[in-house]
Amino acid sequence: MGRRPDSHGSPPFFPSFQPNAMTFLDLVRTHMTVAAHPNRPRRLTMRRFLPYLLSLPALLVCIGILIPFFTAVYYSTLRFRLNLPMMKGFIWVDNYISFLTDAAFWNTVQVSLVYALVTVTGELLLGLGIALLLVRPTKINNAASIMLLLPLMTAPALAALMWKLMTNPNFGILSYLVSQLGFDNFNWASDPSSALFTVVLVDVWVYTPFIMILLLAGLRSLPKQPFEAAALDGVPRSFVFFRITLPMLMPYIITASLFRLLDSMQQFDIVYSMTQGGPGDTLMVFQVQAYLEFFQYTNVGRSAALLIVLWAITYALSNIFIKHWLKLRERAHGPA
Amino acid sequence: MERSSSLEKAIRGILITAVLLFFLFPIFWIFLMSFQTNEDILRIPPSLFFEPTLQNYSALLTGKLETAAGSLDIAFMRNLGNSLLLSTFSVLLSLALGVPAAYAFARFKFRLGENIAFTLLSFRFAPPLLVLLPLSLFFKQLGLTDTYIGLIWVYQLICLPLILWIVRGYFEDISPDIENAYRIAGHSWWRTFRRIAIPLARPGIAAAGLLAFIFAWNNFIFALILASASKQPVTVGALAFVTASGIQYGQIAAAIVLSVTPTLLLALYAQRYLVEGLSLGAVKG
Repeated sequence: MGRRPDSHGSPPFFPSFQPNAMTFLDLVRTHMTVAAHPNRPRRLTMRRFLPYLLSLPALLVCIGILIPFFTAVYYSTLRFRLNLPMMKGFIWVDNYISFLTDAAFWNTVQVSLVYALVTVTGELLLGLGIALLLVRPTKINNAASIMLLLPLMTAPALAALMWKLMTNPNFGILSYLVSQLGFDNFNWASDPSSALFTVVLVDVWVYTPFIMILLLAGLRSLPKQPFEAAALDGVPRSFVFFRITLPMLMPYIITASLFRLLDSMQQFDIVYSMTQGGPGDTLMVFQVQAYLEFFQYTNVGRSAALLIVLWAITYALSNIFIKHWLKLRERAHGPA
Repeated sequence: MERSSSLEKAIRGILITAVLLFFLFPIFWIFLMSFQTNEDILRIPPSLFFEPTLQNYSALLTGKLETAAGSLDIAFMRNLGNSLLLSTFSVLLSLALGVPAAYAFARFKFRLGENIAFTLLSFRFAPPLLVLLPLSLFFKQLGLTDTYIGLIWVYQLICLPLILWIVRGYFEDISPDIENAYRIAGHSWWRTFRRIAIPLARPGIAAAGLLAFIFAWNNFIFALILASASKQPVTVGALAFVTASGIQYGQIAAAIVLSVTPTLLLALYAQRYLVEGLSLGAVKG
């Protein structure tokens, strides 16, 4: 039994321990064993239903979440204000049509898009730069890449509070440093002209490590030969970077950026903790606007319609994302 | 790639230092602030040298905060306990639901399986408020508003996709031959799952659980909308703190330090698995 069975003469109860795949013979043998078993009918039904049984609990949670989702779709077609229950009524797509001529809605679209594009571009460039800086697996580099994970593991809502303390006009260390540099009236998040910059800075602080660590793992997994060949031929470094490193790293770059883009379009924690969408409407991203619409103006229908618009955008993006993500996953684990 | 001059080394060193400074300074500074009195914090210019005090922490521990307007009761320790309870039980429930499902998706090819797996994945990227706002109305009707159970259920939205996809990857990496052999030796399916599959995937399950814990702990929006004051975790509690008038800044800093320390320590402990977890199992570290 301890010996590795020979693939021709192994005993009928033991399939051969080949590391990769069972041979056809093994498969036949397995089925014959099952067929020879007295409990056969029960076992076969069991085998058919087992996967469903195992995933049933997860499925139930799924359904539990799908119900509120469909309710939200329904709400978005209602005139529905919590403070005016008498007015509740079905109005088809009027909530959506009213968006077309609504300056606040277009402001939300614009702020969300600008926020997402600026943060993801900034984080991608910075993250790629840091990953290239730390690519050699020396002790110092590894320690640095671990330390850089700390901002990412800080709750974004709490990270926003940390930066709020540091940019406080009375005692904030950053306010002090900026005033030493000669900017006396730089008011960070409380000034409409610098609010977006401040919130983007916090987002970059929290999420750059995310892109950095994915790209670092990608860079370190690249095959060595092309780089050795290029070094042997004395190919200039810029050429190596743009023609070898970057194209080979592209699947990682695309997956990481789409991941961030999806989350960034829906940013809530940082913006809400920092400014609650203000000053004025400078930072009214989708989810903050929908939150205020719901809790402050109690306009459920309009809030739901706003979120459905956001959902449509992220759904389209997430389909593209999943396609790329699956390709990377196949590389790591084989086809799903 | 081997021709790095000493100049290049110096430049690299400077850049790495600058990067570390940017990313670690805020944590370091808030940590210092948490040991300062209000007078130290308000001093200009700010100084690295001060007499450290523990009064901010002791005020948080006793729940009696000294403010300009007198003493104020804030149950920050309760928030901390809520965070611990919500994250722990969410992860445990998620493991109970997610590990068997992950095993089913990894070992059996069935239509519904892929549908469930991808539906859960797409939940990860749907706007959370879309589900939370209708839920906030349902919770009132169902009487779940002031309970932990309602929150733990909704937290599955954070934990379950993560656990499902990471653990599925681990099961797929293990050859099914060992399990088949054990099955053919006459053991039941359940026994095989328990005695062979789970022990082999244990590192993956542990990593997924740790990460799910961190994400549940760091979550803000779910509890902001669904949790009543007595059930709020630290992320929501700390915000209420800042807006309460007259609170000493050192106490805010101390509250932040206490709130982020557990996840930072866990992250350092689990750093080997973070890459795989953050990419939902698509990239290996």
